[in-house]
Amino acid sequence: MQEMSDRLLNNKAAASIAWAVLLLPPSTAIFVILSKFSVLHPIQTISECFSMLTSATAIFSFILLCGVIIMVGFLNFEYYTVIPTIACSKIALFGQLLHPRQLVNSLVHCIMGMIVAWCSAVTIGFRYETLGHPCAQTDGYHQMCLNEYHLILLLGGAFVGFSHSLLGVIHNMNYVSFHTVQQYKYLRFKGCLPLVVKCSATQALYSVRNFIVVYYFLGYIPRTWICKTLNLHLGSSAHPLDSIAGLLDLSLLYHLWISATFLLFTWYITLLLFRIFLTEHIHFRLNPTDHQILVLSFPKFQFLALQDLALLSQHSPLRRCEVFSLSQPGGHPHNWNAISKECLSLLADLTQRLVAYHDTVATNGRAKSLSSGSERKTSSETSGTLISQKWLSIPLTAPFTPDLDSPFMSPALRRLAAPVEQGSPWYGTVQSPHIMRRVKNFLAKRVLIVYLFNKLPEASSQALFADSQAHIWALEGLSYLVQASFSEDQFGVVQTTLPSILSCMLVLQEAVDRHFKLPHASSKPVRSTSSMGDSTYKTLRFALRATLKTAIYRITTTFGDHLNAVQLSAEHRKRLQQFLEYKE
Amino acid sequence: MCSLALFPPPLPYGQTTVCESNNELLSGSSTEDQLNLSFPRESLKLHSRTENSSKAAFLDHSETLWMRSAAAWRDGGLTGLLNEITNSHPEVPKWLSMSSGCILALLQWVSSFHGSLFPHLTLSSEDMIAEFSQVSDCVVRAFAWHPHTDKFAVALLDDSIKIYNPKSATTPTLKHRLQRNVAVVQWKPLCASALAVGCQNCLLVWHVDPCSLSTRYVNSGHVQKIEFSSLKKCQKNSLSFTFNAVLNFLVWDVAAESCVPLQRVGGGGVTFLSWSPDGSHVLASTPSALFRVWETRMWTCERWPCIKGRCQSGCWSPDGSRLLFTVQDEAVIYSLTFTNTPGTSKGPHAAVVVADLSETTFSTPDGDIIVGGEIQSLAWDPRGERLAVLLKGDPRAADRSPIIAVFKTRVSPIFELLPCGFVQGEPGAEPRLMQFHPNFRHGALLTVCWSSGRITHVPFYFLSASIPRLGLSGSPTLPHVQERPADFANQSLFTEFIS
Repeated sequence: MQEMSDRLLNNKAAASIAWAVLLLPPSTAIFVILSKFSVLHPIQTISECFSMLTSATAIFSFILLCGVIIMVGFLNFEYYTVIPTIACSKIALFGQLLHPRQLVNSLVHCIMGMIVAWCSAVTIGFRYETLGHPCAQTDGYHQMCLNEYHLILLLGGAFVGFSHSLLGVIHNMNYVSFHTVQQYKYLRFKGCLPLVVKCSATQALYSVRNFIVVYYFLGYIPRTWICKTLNLHLGSSAHPLDSIAGLLDLSLLYHLWISATFLLFTWYITLLLFRIFLTEHIHFRLNPTDHQILVLSFPKFQFLALQDLALLSQHSPLRRCEVFSLSQPGGHPHNWNAISKECLSLLADLTQRLVAYHDTVATNGRAKSLSSGSERKTSSETSGTLISQKWLSIPLTAPFTPDLDSPFMSPALRRLAAPVEQGSPWYGTVQSPHIMRRVKNFLAKRVLIVYLFNKLPEASSQALFADSQAHIWALEGLSYLVQASFSEDQFGVVQTTLPSILSCMLVLQEAVDRHFKLPHASSKPVRSTSSMGDSTYKTLRFALRATLKTAIYRITTTFGDHLNAVQLSAEHRKRLQQFLEYKE
Repeated sequence: MCSLALFPPPLPYGQTTVCESNNELLSGSSTEDQLNLSFPRESLKLHSRTENSSKAAFLDHSETLWMRSAAAWRDGGLTGLLNEITNSHPEVPKWLSMSSGCILALLQWVSSFHGSLFPHLTLSSEDMIAEFSQVSDCVVRAFAWHPHTDKFAVALLDDSIKIYNPKSATTPTLKHRLQRNVAVVQWKPLCASALAVGCQNCLLVWHVDPCSLSTRYVNSGHVQKIEFSSLKKCQKNSLSFTFNAVLNFLVWDVAAESCVPLQRVGGGGVTFLSWSPDGSHVLASTPSALFRVWETRMWTCERWPCIKGRCQSGCWSPDGSRLLFTVQDEAVIYSLTFTNTPGTSKGPHAAVVVADLSETTFSTPDGDIIVGGEIQSLAWDPRGERLAVLLKGDPRAADRSPIIAVFKTRVSPIFELLPCGFVQGEPGAEPRLMQFHPNFRHGALLTVCWSSGRITHVPFYFLSASIPRLGLSGSPTLPHVQERPADFANQSLFTEFIS
């Protein structure tokens, strides 16, 4: 099973990379035309472009570009995830950025950026073509000088590649989300293409701006280094490029921007194709052995299977018929049992997670405040040291994980930060101005730490629902199947599990409702539209809540008063009645 | 083919249609009913619509060029900025004002070119809503029954929305600063609370808690705002760029707030959208002589070019297999059939004319009445047994006022269309909007919004030929229903016989 799923995913990735390579010639041609275009000599531009595209260097650099695209595709495949990693604090984000795996990724992107920049430098030709150029010195004989235009293009490419890799972590660019709307691959690609062009152009603009600032201040370091290692001389050109006059060269800026756009565009296209191919709907065969797929702990594949389940339950009566069928011989509804068991365990898992989180949040406050209160009463004179001990004893790994108890948002800290209230257990104990000053100094020193370790609002909520796409499909699949069973289930196989499905959904509904009453859980995240990063995961919890309600309503509207005959606990029946009366 | 000549003549002046029973439309003088609402125009506090901003109320105040430019950019976008620079030539260098004037002229030229391709884009937003929305001058701008319960939402001319529920005494009023020129309201299916409101610049999704006792929701947290992000900027730039964003077909996932644009070349936007009851197809008509039918599994579309005008209105049969639609400036109803399995069949190659509603003269005791002509909208009852057709009439001719013609229909085994009668209101009141109640137990219930601001309900009592839907609880507690259901039970054969 594992090999099969691996092979399938490998094929998808390979197909996406092949398409990306096939799309390279047209995008390169457009780049060549745009980079060489001059308004005054349009015909000359075209002939130049044509001769350029057929030259040997162009073919060599094209092969290089293909290699880069394949490498980018490979990295996409290696680093992608269907469950986003959500950094719950700033320090966790830094941890992600400095992870060795990520460092390798950044380095490779840096090198590839440089390669693409070299290719574009060769393609643009003109003054960018080579690193060294012969120049006449004052004493008459020729020597090689550094061509700074070439260097700045190369460094620019490296910088853009590096920042692409960094932004990839910050914006979760390796997260692949599944669309609610199914579309054919070509139509999806066509629909996304304007967005890709826009994103690459704007991102290139920002990256080039940042690069120019960096080069202005630090540009002399790589320049002198290159000169020293390659034994080149600094040219006697009018302006060195890390001066304002040198950087105010519009043609240079344009070429920097257009090559950065080209670089990002080809990479984004590769990423887009990869996402489109990966999230494409796969038909799974429905037989009891294949249901092992659902159980696989391999989330990427489990997602595809659940997507298939949600779609088949909604759209194909023939395959639904297979689900409701009985085994021959034996007469057991193996298909339905496997599906319902798997979906219910998924949902129960989420319920458990939510309840555990809620309990931790609730008890966290109470338990900690009680313990700190008692500590204070027994040893009020050593308050400062106690706090510091307490703070230092917190394991540093804690904020790296989306853990459930946040030590830094405990009421103890809040009480420290806020003025002491009357009536609290602290009142009367921490009143000595000396201790207060110590506490304040202590806090001031640790502002940075608090900034780094402080939990980002709603991040823990996002992390809790990070894989909720699976739950959404499970809910949709179950509810559509139950709805269809009303008229299509000849043997009544669904009837037997209806009570457990209903109670599972109602319990989850309660847990979700409770979760949304927590602070930050129901606040809407800011959406960034002009980025290749997918921010679907930020709103997954809202989608889950809506899907859950719709799923219950779908069952109640279909069965109506018949549901009164279903065995349910009194509490669940009361809740279900609310749904039957459309009062939820 | 069915034509108006087969219809019974309209009611004499002063009579209103009360209900259909015993297979004929009964008339009477208008009765007061707890569900019949009236919104006289005078009762609404209308604000003036011509003023877009309160600019005129303030005195001019001289600011630096920089401040003015920033303000112009904020209010009017690029066009505003260029205008500002061009007009303040003593302060800016001559070349700057010259060049911005040139760019402005170029932009206007381009936008006029764009506008000549799609003439509707040159209309202002109010005009556009008036042109393409189903209703314009009526006090009730939009109306929607809840798909599962007996409550309905009414959008009024003063941009407020009221929600009526016969089972509860509270009528929540929804108001929002962005809720202007409401063109459409729609409840979310399989949900008790979500109401989508299509406004001039945005789409608002209200969450009205059915258990809550509060009656006023003003700019509150119960609303989810979907702004067309590109629109907001475009809105300020120039009119011609504005509506591309609105009229492109976007599929929104409201909870996740994500959208997928479905773009196709041609047409120039979407003016009318209708989902089939089973959710398998969507009709999207464009301002040009073209409409599309999307299937919702893979979101592919079929293009249907019309010969004469744009598709005016359309409705689906309950199983989503048949689409009836009308075309602007034509007095016929077309029909298209679809299969539910995508890919296997491409459907029909041409639409079939099923009814001819061209002008017909009826002689009544009050004189000749001409009925027929262009069709404003269609509504099909959820069981597929009654089809209401709102005929536009001619506003200039007194004897040709808008009227609702009702057909009896049958979807299976073969499609049939038979005349039933005309639904008329009080004298002088013209029908503007109509919608069938989504689950009326005793037949079909047509709700009509009249130009006088009244909302009335016309029940059609019949026993359904198809299997009654199960699990649909709660029919309205209409007085008629309580009085009569026993009478109609044994007269069903008669209905069958006639039709």
